[in-house]
Amino acid sequence: MNNTNMINVSMNDPASLHPTIRSTSSDITFANHRDHFFARMGVRRSEHRVEPGLYALGEPTPDSPVFASANYTLSFDALRRALVGVDCYILVLDTRGVNVWCAAGKGTFGTEELVHRIQATGLHKVVSHRVVIVPQLGATGVAAHKVKAASGFSVEYGPVRASDLPEYLRTRQATPEMRRVRFTLPDRLVLIPVELFLAPLPALVAAVILSILGGYMVAVAALIAILSGMIVFPILLPWIPTKDFSTKGFIVGALVALPFAWNAFYSVPDTAWWLRYSWVLIYMLVIPPVTAFLALNFTGSTTFTSVTGVRREIYAYVPKMAWMFASGIILMLVLALIPFIGGL
Amino acid sequence: MFNSYTTNTLEYDAGSCINCGKCSTVCPHAVFSPGEKVAQLADPLACMECGACQLNCPTGAIVVDSGVGCAYAMMWSAIKGQEEVTCGCGDNYCCSPSPSILQLGKKK
Ligand code: SF4
Ligand code: SF4
Repeated sequence: MNNTNMINVSMNDPASLHPTIRSTSSDITFANHRDHFFARMGVRRSEHRVEPGLYALGEPTPDSPVFASANYTLSFDALRRALVGVDCYILVLDTRGVNVWCAAGKGTFGTEELVHRIQATGLHKVVSHRVVIVPQLGATGVAAHKVKAASGFSVEYGPVRASDLPEYLRTRQATPEMRRVRFTLPDRLVLIPVELFLAPLPALVAAVILSILGGYMVAVAALIAILSGMIVFPILLPWIPTKDFSTKGFIVGALVALPFAWNAFYSVPDTAWWLRYSWVLIYMLVIPPVTAFLALNFTGSTTFTSVTGVRREIYAYVPKMAWMFASGIILMLVLALIPFIGGL
Repeated sequence: MFNSYTTNTLEYDAGSCINCGKCSTVCPHAVFSPGEKVAQLADPLACMECGACQLNCPTGAIVVDSGVGCAYAMMWSAIKGQEEVTCGCGDNYCCSPSPSILQLGKKK
């Protein structure tokens, strides 16, 4: 844990009625930046944690606001950085190092943990009011009326983004814009490193197998297909036609496959026509389903796909992807075997 | 064609609404908007089935089958034969990159 240390508050301070209020600041240190970098890269995934409990930011009084957060460094640090110059308390829930929205979906950032954390930290002795400001995306796990009934604290839902907090605090009202979750280019770009971090091994295995079967050009095509599914697709997401992720992926895949198919057809003019057509077919059959599958899996990283819609996509397209891919690979196998059975 | 997101499980019974405003506050996609007497279902197809409105509606006026809108997690639990889809990012994988963009796991 960076940037925080235990303080013992003197006995005439209301905060002293509870032993452990840690202090923190709005400063993001070099160590914090390093931690954020690794968190975004998906490295040391379970280590980006903050100790759950109550934190004092600045010099809060019993009237100061209380903000709930997750014990994930990116969540906690985004909050304290946004609250620069604000004297307040931060109540860090134990979400097992997972950010607010995801933890709320899992229920770890939830009614039960919030009530428990309020009681465990003796929050009612620390502050005189009975309001805790919860990030809006925490609402997926928190039932405000149940928290009120169980703890006496009212839940006030703050804006989606911590960066809107200063404005929110001025009016104590979130504008409709502050309540909307977005999926902007920076939001999407930041997801790419984690995706890539998971890719190298499977991609390498695929490339080696394909280069044995069909030559290095096929291996290059496979790598480009994977990279375009993981980099080009997230970047271009809103601008690729059709609503479904799978069809968007098919489109990207077809565009990637075209130059390879073109090359396979025109680079070897003295080969048999059916062989050249077969290679065009192979590229067009194998690459699009790969990008389509990666595209479909990107639904998990977006902020707007519903289970119902994703389920319909899976049923509609995954069998087609499997068929296309399998036919392309079989065709490639057949072509690879022809020399051995005495053809050509 | 090519749009699987034309339906979802969100159901709203305006008859039970006491116009507390919670649903329009918590919805990240402005599916509900505040109304004169009852909450208005402004944009039902934008619903991502996160379940926040249902959880925070004090009268049970909203029902939605919430869960993970993540193909990876859904296919993975289908393969493993699990009935309940949990966020595949138990280890904080798709979830972790940014506090503002994440996908949801199944509610309890
Ligand atoms: S949360 Fe329920 S009671 Fe409150 S406005 Fe929405 S539908 Fe009506
Ligand atoms: S389930 Fe989520 S996205 Fe759908 S209406 Fe409710 S709060 Fe909005």
